[in-house]
Amino acid sequence: MSPLRTLPVGEHALLVELENGEAAGALHAELLRRRAAGTLPPVREIVPAARTVLLDGIADPRALAAQLTTWRIPPLEAGAQETVEISVRYDGPDLADVAGLWEVSEQEVVRIHSAAEFRVAFCGFAPGFAYLTGLGEEYSVPRRDTPRTSVPAGSVALAGPYTGVYPRPSPGGWQLIGSTDAALWDPHREPAALLTPGTRVRFVPRAAR
Amino acid sequence: MTDRALSVVRAGALTSVQDEGRHGHAHLGVPRSGALDLPASRLANRLVGNAIGAAVLETTLNGCAVRPRCAVTVAVTGAPCAVTLDGRPVAWGAPVRVPPGAVVEVGAATHGVRSYLAFAGGITVEPVLGSRSTDLLSGLGPPLLSDGAALPLGSPAPAYPHVDEAPAPGVPRELVLRMCPGPRADWFTADATAVLAAGHYRVSSASNRIGLRTEGPALRRAVEGELPSEGMVWGAVQVPPDGRPVVFLADHPTTGGYPVIGVVPEPDLAAAAQAAPGTPLRFAPVGRP
Repeated sequence: MSPLRTLPVGEHALLVELENGEAAGALHAELLRRRAAGTLPPVREIVPAARTVLLDGIADPRALAAQLTTWRIPPLEAGAQETVEISVRYDGPDLADVAGLWEVSEQEVVRIHSAAEFRVAFCGFAPGFAYLTGLGEEYSVPRRDTPRTSVPAGSVALAGPYTGVYPRPSPGGWQLIGSTDAALWDPHREPAALLTPGTRVRFVPRAAR
Repeated sequence: MTDRALSVVRAGALTSVQDEGRHGHAHLGVPRSGALDLPASRLANRLVGNAIGAAVLETTLNGCAVRPRCAVTVAVTGAPCAVTLDGRPVAWGAPVRVPPGAVVEVGAATHGVRSYLAFAGGITVEPVLGSRSTDLLSGLGPPLLSDGAALPLGSPAPAYPHVDEAPAPGVPRELVLRMCPGPRADWFTADATAVLAAGHYRVSSASNRIGLRTEGPALRRAVEGELPSEGMVWGAVQVPPDGRPVVFLADHPTTGGYPVIGVVPEPDLAAAAQAAPGTPLRFAPVGRP
């Protein structure tokens, strides 16, 4: 099992740090299984992130920290669950820049991006904004030098190792490679976010407008 | 008139609807939100016979004025201020019976920042993800109050108020926030805790519902480089690149990429919400490793 480190976060929370995002995803999945089975002490929030899982609103963080170190956490299995398909027009204003950074053609960016299987590592920045991993390390890209003051809702974008889809218009510095009509966020839906942590995702190309 | 609603006569600088907040959705990027001074909002609700989690108005520095269209009992708590009914002084921190059409005015805070105005029956705007709170970071919940806007009121419970008078809080000369070290205390030089405790900080005027910002000595990093995004809690003392600590309040982002040197325990956060810009501030490290 991969090493796991617990860090104190005040009186009622605990941060669990793992060696990478895959391991954090595996712990997150295990926490959800245990919560569903009723074997996890009450927790208000379980918040996965890049390589950590935050447990907030717990009565006794020290006791839970001690318990965690004894767990056997199975690794994440690809294909173990349903995959959400997101239809994308690869017509983003930064597609050419990304092709330049990857040193491939724009068509090849589309092929690589739509061939990858993504996983929602975590959400943040805005309600329903998911950080998806699944591209190889060699496809990491920097943020734009100058962030845009407004990125349209549905923009499919890259930054660092992540792909994200803007759930609504907002300022943003990610590289925009395409757009989708998918409803990323609907507070009247349960869950409100289309892309929740752990969800598997594929991007399916459709003809540009 | 049986219309259970109120009209906004004077919205004030920044007045929002708040309840106990939006819990259980942090993993979707949804801030907790809710009243910044929870003991005050709960007290206001108790004074008018509501459950503690009913939605109230939270004002910022200069109060607000509203005109209920129906008879309703109201109470003001939090930052002490003048309260008037059609221009005549009425009690702060006590239930006040308001006849239909009368104007209730919450005056400017005499000290502190945020006053709470509760109505028997509560404000009953449509909840979003289980809460009626306005979230200034992500825009969930009802809009900020604006002049002329109308807000629906609920039917009062038959319960008798749990309390009928509240003492006004005193004027704190200094804001002292306890701080449990961690999770990233080791990202800072060994003297950082002593710098925080020495008390050469002041509350910055850039503070808002997202965070209490500070002016004072910059904390120095022992570990350079970027921290991968991690989950954040209410009360987290996050240190951005300029080295000035920010105490996260209710509308804080759910994840962040700057290291958190310590966490202020929940009971101290009400005082943080009431500290006006310029208030001297120090952190008192407590317990834990």
